[in-house]
Amino acid sequence: MNSSFNTILDSLPGIENKAKELKEILLANLAMIGEIPAPTFKEEERIEFLINRFKESGIQRHSIDQVGNGVGIVKGENTDKNILLVAHTDTVFDESVDHTIQIQPRKAIGPGVADNSLGLAVLATLPVFLEQLDITLENNLILMAATRSLGRGNLEGLRFFLSNFDEPIKAGIGLEGVELGRLSHTSIGMRRGEVICRIPEQYDWSRFGDASAILTINDVINRINEIQLPQRPRTSIILGSIKGGSSFTTAREAVLRFEIRSESSGMVEDIHQQIEEIINEISSRSGESIELDIFAQREPGGVPFSHPIVQKTRRIMNQLSIEPRPGPSTSELSAFIDRNIPAITLGITHGSNVREKDEAIDINPIYKGIAQVIGTLQTVDGGYCEKD
Amino acid sequence: MVEDKESQNLTISLCLPTLNEEKTIGKEVVLLKSELVDRYPLLDEIAVIDSGSDDNTLEVAQNFGADVYLADDILPDLEPKKGKGENLWKAIYQLEGDIIVYVDADISNIHPRFVYGLVAPLIYRKEVQYVKAFYDRPLAISGEKRASGGGRVTEILIRPLFSLFFPDLTGIIQPLSGEYAVRRNVLEQIHFPIGYGVETSHLIDVYTKFGLHAFAQTDLDQRVHENKSTRALGKMSFGILQTFLKRAKALDIISDMKDYETILRQTQAIDKRYEQKELQIVEEERPPMIEIEAYREKFNRTLS
Repeated sequence: MNSSFNTILDSLPGIENKAKELKEILLANLAMIGEIPAPTFKEEERIEFLINRFKESGIQRHSIDQVGNGVGIVKGENTDKNILLVAHTDTVFDESVDHTIQIQPRKAIGPGVADNSLGLAVLATLPVFLEQLDITLENNLILMAATRSLGRGNLEGLRFFLSNFDEPIKAGIGLEGVELGRLSHTSIGMRRGEVICRIPEQYDWSRFGDASAILTINDVINRINEIQLPQRPRTSIILGSIKGGSSFTTAREAVLRFEIRSESSGMVEDIHQQIEEIINEISSRSGESIELDIFAQREPGGVPFSHPIVQKTRRIMNQLSIEPRPGPSTSELSAFIDRNIPAITLGITHGSNVREKDEAIDINPIYKGIAQVIGTLQTVDGGYCEKD
Repeated sequence: MVEDKESQNLTISLCLPTLNEEKTIGKEVVLLKSELVDRYPLLDEIAVIDSGSDDNTLEVAQNFGADVYLADDILPDLEPKKGKGENLWKAIYQLEGDIIVYVDADISNIHPRFVYGLVAPLIYRKEVQYVKAFYDRPLAISGEKRASGGGRVTEILIRPLFSLFFPDLTGIIQPLSGEYAVRRNVLEQIHFPIGYGVETSHLIDVYTKFGLHAFAQTDLDQRVHENKSTRALGKMSFGILQTFLKRAKALDIISDMKDYETILRQTQAIDKRYEQKELQIVEEERPPMIEIEAYREKFNRTLS
């Protein structure tokens, strides 16, 4: 077994070179995918493109399911088990944003290029890489472009697939455009939501000057900041964005977006309760309507650092001179964890300005990123990632 | 389409004329090479013909696998001239294809349809000689009448001129679009203004030599590129007018016309001061390529 894993390690530089040779195919896919807008819940056109790519690669089993996921299955020699390779399709940019992708010799630039057009481009191009490298797998390889992942999507696409796919899945690998070296193997507990404050129509306007949804949200923020957070289990409250008012007059509505993150699900629940109490108290004191809307959550868990899938992937990264950065994430892993499927998330290259309109990725490291994905895939396929 | 092309033993070359297009050329080459050379071998060569860019256009294009040429290095015995039309004309000599597809290099929403949409009529219809692109994206639910979306120079200059002198050509929806595919045996027979007038002259010359049935048009949906200033459009119009009048004279459509001016006068304001700017624009022309001896030798052609 060891010699075979070593064979995979030895083949990595060759895979990296082949990926470089096929760069035009990958970059063309990147540009075409990236220029199709795909805000969460509106991913149809991107999925259609992916499915066409799967068809062109000769993948016989391909379909779009009820929640819009695009799935292609590359048949293995032994079809009892499956490996799931997944990349999320949606981006944080709506259709009104100019989605033009620029391709320079060393960089590709444009909204969503790192998160996650590159992940999808690798998924779309993988059948070509495998064919050119003459790699066949023992297990079925499920290539999945998942919908409804981000924000309010709450991983609905992947969760739906895992609930309804009735064949055993051996392992999951999530693909993210950045950062190369990322080796996420655990998910932290998370709840994501909004505090929405509205001034009612029949408000007592005699409280001249006091009335402002922004002031109330400010009050909520101050109180959230007073919540005591433990050092262990590691816990944080992230205030992501605030939005409120429109000009110089009284703001009638304000919204605060936040995430609670913790290694302990009990702690996530505890903080959620505390925020609810803060809101009830401020709401009854001010007479304003304050709503707490929690729309996404993840349970903590994952595979330990010592799990063979983490250990072997680290060795693959070392072989390719990629510095591994194992750690937790709030990505697709959570959906796998809920189903006890061992899974990791990998990054493909280095990037900058992620989730900004001038998001950029470095082209040259992509070839190592692809070699790492194919090496990991072969290692899982060869059975070298199973616990004794 | 590739099978039909191969069954006819056709070869197709893509020419991308450039001048300082480093921002857009990378994606054009990557996308068209990957999709139409590697995946579906519709194109036999992709060539960038450059007017002397001082940015990294040539390096970027070469890096992604295009053949790159400086216009001045092609037919070096001829006196060099500068202009997009010069690049298009020299492509006839440099490239090998039976069909040459011209696509401007400043398109930011490039897609393989820009090429396969243009060559399809030439592959499927033998009588078609010249395929011109137009761009129209009707709203899905709108049944109302709308303008077909020609640019400002088209609507203010070209369409009125064609309406007066070549009414048949008003059917060309976007006469100035820079994307077209043409058979070699037509390209080698027509003049090439080296500047702004090249598209207009092609339409008139192909129409008078081969007739209206030689044309086909294809809807490429949408083209995104940088808008030109009104002043730049004025220069363009002046060049086009010269090309047009030259032909109108040669075809005896307008008689008793003196030689026209080659100075364009535009007014510009600096603070509250207004001044007139004079710009010499001479629309020089290249002869039909068939008249060039080196070309006849290379492609084994004779003058009829």
